[in-house]
Amino acid sequence: MLQALADGILSGSIIALGAIGLTLTMGILRFANFAHAELVTWGAYMALAVLAVTGTFMGPIAPLSFGIPLILAIVVAAALTSLLALAIDWLVYRPLRRQTNHLTLVFGSFGISLLVRMVILLIFGGAAQYYSTALQIAIPVAPGLRIMPDQLFTLAVTVVIVVALHFFLQKTRLGLAMRALAENPELARVNGIDTRAVVRWTWVIGASLAAVAGVLYGLTIQLRPEIGFHLILPLFAAVILGGVGNVFGAVIGGLVIGLAESLAVLVVPSGYKMAVPFLILLAVLYLRPTGIFAGTVGGVK
Amino acid sequence: MSTPLLEVEDVVAGYRPDLPIVQGITLKVAEAEMVTIIGPNGAGKSTLIKAVAGIVQVSSGRVRLAGAEITRLPTHRLAQAAIAYVPQTANVFTTLTIDENLLVGASTLAKGEARRRMDRSYENFPVLKEYRQKKAKVLSGGQRQMLAVARALLTEPRLLMLDEPSAGLSPLMVSEVFQRLKALVEGGVAILMVEQNAKAALAISHRTYVFAEGRNRIDGPSAALAQDPQVASIYLGAGGRKR
Repeated sequence: MLQALADGILSGSIIALGAIGLTLTMGILRFANFAHAELVTWGAYMALAVLAVTGTFMGPIAPLSFGIPLILAIVVAAALTSLLALAIDWLVYRPLRRQTNHLTLVFGSFGISLLVRMVILLIFGGAAQYYSTALQIAIPVAPGLRIMPDQLFTLAVTVVIVVALHFFLQKTRLGLAMRALAENPELARVNGIDTRAVVRWTWVIGASLAAVAGVLYGLTIQLRPEIGFHLILPLFAAVILGGVGNVFGAVIGGLVIGLAESLAVLVVPSGYKMAVPFLILLAVLYLRPTGIFAGTVGGVK
Repeated sequence: MSTPLLEVEDVVAGYRPDLPIVQGITLKVAEAEMVTIIGPNGAGKSTLIKAVAGIVQVSSGRVRLAGAEITRLPTHRLAQAAIAYVPQTANVFTTLTIDENLLVGASTLAKGEARRRMDRSYENFPVLKEYRQKKAKVLSGGQRQMLAVARALLTEPRLLMLDEPSAGLSPLMVSEVFQRLKALVEGGVAILMVEQNAKAALAISHRTYVFAEGRNRIDGPSAALAQDPQVASIYLGAGGRKR
């Protein structure tokens, strides 16, 4: 039970990171980007590629399984994922945004997600891969509860990012412009905000968070080209649970989904685990279609 | 007459190029002049203002500000070009605080200057100061209109465009808003506004344009138009409030 709770919080924090990016892009660009989860996969593999190039020039920082090279790889992966997101926006979404039908964008994002997944499969192959082959021993922290240091790192990174993003949205001009754009794009432009620049930053932030989520996923589980495919439903469930555009809601939504998945295993066969977010999604859409914390970019209302 | 502040020349504009709503309108606004646009529903009044603000596509014609062409300039650049626009509805960010609303309005200014001008607008609009940390959704219609105007003035525009600033306000609030606008014009700001209340519009402004079916019909000094039987037949006869 305790172990299931801990596991749930950890997978929930990875879902939360992915969901923050998705909720920001959904709130500001006003469409459901089904390719967002592929940015998570892309980020994870870009870090792997960076490590392959740089090599592990420094040993791991005990007790973690990795060292400075992976941390550098995260930063580069975030940049490369941002570039991919900006390229996709420029080549695919921007021309499609001129169409009046928003569904066109959603289907476009479906196509992109398949394309990105297949490119990853083509380059990196379908087999599971790891950043480090070193075995990590889980440390017993309480009776019946064992946690790996990497998992604690994951949790810490998530907390730091959520706090930093909150301050960014509340205290900076760009954060304010993003919140203004999310509520009323036309009024934002009338106020002198260059909405295209804000949209670009939204992609950079969303894609960077996706990349971090991907690396943390690869670090604590494994790298497979289907990471995004498995995450897309939990991500949307977390976003909708928290209310589209609500950063704080996405974090809570992610944790709820992560916990529900891991606690469900205690009662139903683990093969049904993937159905849990779907059930939560349906329940939320039925009971409270605007999300539990129906809101706008920036969090608590 | 010297170069007018705003010149709209034969502008055709609309949401779709094949369905122009404004079908060739010409108008001028001088420095520190208050000009109102009146006309029946569907005359293209709001669309013209939106076309000047760069929100609605201009398919032909020209818009000049102090002699410089601004046709098709992106909307966000107009704030720097000394034009401010207050939409009729959804003219404040309800999810942001009053202070944040003003900060957004000052987004083209340096931080120190933004703060200075915001402090000045709190002096001019004490109601806003009282609620500065509250979300704008708590404001009444009249207070929102004040916030929208205060926000638009932060960039110290030479031309302020308003779309039906009196819509939905109580008569008391309308007269307060109009007094504010009059004071602004006396302070040197030019105003171009759409007004559904023809009588009030003719009473407050220097000049008035009457539009009908996307074209100019009559224009001239407001005092003269108020006596014009033709205006009464076009507008007051067709009458009725917009929406």
